[in-house]
Amino acid sequence: MSFWVDPYRFLLEWLRNLLIGWGLPADWAQVVLFFVGAFALGTAALLLVVFLIWLERKVVGRIQDRLGPNRVGPWGIFQTIADIGKIFTKEFITPVGVDWLLYNLAPVLSVGAVLMLWAVIPLTMTLYGVNLNVAVLYIIAVGELGEMAVILAGWGSNNKYAVLAAFRAVAQLISYEVPLIVTLLLPVMFAGSMGLNDIVQAQSVWFIFLAPVTALIFFIVSIAEVGRAPFDLVEAESELVSGFNIEYSGLKFGFFFVADFLHAFTIALLFATLFLGGWRGPGAIQYPVLGFVYLMIKTSVVYFIVILLRASLPRFRIDQMMNLNWKLLTPLSMTMLVLTALLDKLLPSSPLFVRIVGMVVMNVLVLLILNQILKLVENRRPRPVVAPVVRPVARPPQISSVQNGSGTSS
Amino acid sequence: MSGTQFIFLVTAGVTLAAAVMTVSARKMMHAALWLVLALTGVAVLFALLRSSFFAVVQVLVYIGAIAILIIFSVMLTRRVVQEQRPRVNRLWWVAALLALMLFTGLVATLASWNGLYPTGQAVAGHPEDIGALGLALVDPAGFVIPFEVASLLLLAALVGAVFIALERKGGMQ
Repeated sequence: MSFWVDPYRFLLEWLRNLLIGWGLPADWAQVVLFFVGAFALGTAALLLVVFLIWLERKVVGRIQDRLGPNRVGPWGIFQTIADIGKIFTKEFITPVGVDWLLYNLAPVLSVGAVLMLWAVIPLTMTLYGVNLNVAVLYIIAVGELGEMAVILAGWGSNNKYAVLAAFRAVAQLISYEVPLIVTLLLPVMFAGSMGLNDIVQAQSVWFIFLAPVTALIFFIVSIAEVGRAPFDLVEAESELVSGFNIEYSGLKFGFFFVADFLHAFTIALLFATLFLGGWRGPGAIQYPVLGFVYLMIKTSVVYFIVILLRASLPRFRIDQMMNLNWKLLTPLSMTMLVLTALLDKLLPSSPLFVRIVGMVVMNVLVLLILNQILKLVENRRPRPVVAPVVRPVARPPQISSVQNGSGTSS
Repeated sequence: MSGTQFIFLVTAGVTLAAAVMTVSARKMMHAALWLVLALTGVAVLFALLRSSFFAVVQVLVYIGAIAILIIFSVMLTRRVVQEQRPRVNRLWWVAALLALMLFTGLVATLASWNGLYPTGQAVAGHPEDIGALGLALVDPAGFVIPFEVASLLLLAALVGAVFIALERKGGMQ
């Protein structure tokens, strides 16, 4: 086995042989390898954040007609490293009356919850933390740990704005978990397995072509789960003075910051894995290294859309956010689950083309019907009068008499 | 001692210590967190037994649902629920003595029982056959009736919760 075909396996075998050569029993060598692998994966993911923060600042800067970071290094690429140096030297400020345990546990837990997601994602055909056959359930379970970090940070800070943010966080995250779980069922159903590597291997057709509406719902809901704009009510600066992490400073704030950016990238990675075929691509099975390149290209596209959304959409109000979830996304995701399951049984599976076209047609039909229903609902919605119907505008006398008559009757 | 045994011992120690801390912590919130740690320890034990389904369900149900519910109900109480008095009363040594005697008696009785020691004979089948579990839940010869009855119970609870919430809203109007 050559190094360039599959460097991960190559290094793994080399390290295992080295450890056994040093006289370590085989199962102890396995344990050591587990720890080394976890350490390497976690470190790689955290180092990636250094780049992600720079990228996001640069892209958002360009969207807002600014230059973004441009002083440290070429294109300001070392800006984040300078920021890390600054944040490391900052003082830890612990406010009076905080719950010491919760206050310090929350940042660690928030980063840990994101890193734990990386354990099950197959980066190439052979490179994954563990090929868990209940990986989809695992993703949901680990997501709940992230929720707990937000709750603990809000409660432990001894600050009313932080607690308010924590209440919002719970309402938002637990509500959006319902459509998240329902949409996750579809890839599981298509692949016939809950393991992520099996799901990737089953995608000879990317699942986004079989279930475009569900993919869209998953995308929206996962942004809400991460708490990124336009769903960033957890850390709304304007009404909660930065929300659950208000009392954190220095490196502890940095933990939340890193978790936020890494989480956004991780959901892009998950989307690429579940709906865009993961590491699949020409030659990815013979040369697993290529699979990593394909996965990163797909993830970058999704991540770029996440950044674009963040830069272009205003924040939801809390009632709008709840309405969107309970009145639109949850019923829609359940409808799509039932319809897709039925159609999947009805359509002949042998000509792949027929199956794809059938699914796409069904999805487009659902979208059209949904559009009509939304129009009806929108027309019936009572609109509060915030301004007089007739605006005071200077008009010529003969026309204004006609228009005033119609204006008062309405 | 193999690597797995070492991890098992560490996990078991942490789980037991967390369980003790759950009942002895002064703050309600801390007790809830120690409970989370103890339940996580149990999940790790499941994972060590190569039963990742149970490990994940343990995290999902006990930590994701129940622990968050407990933490949330503690948060909704008006003050920090905190006990200032000593955690044991003056008869603690009697309780400890009784517990020790019961434990010794149980160990002595069980030590003479043959069923305590595994006789070989592992359970047939792959421990991780979720497909079999899923089929058993919807199989008429399996557990379809308990499964459906449980769903009905949950549905009734859901309807009841909605009803209570709606009635209060109507009363205010």
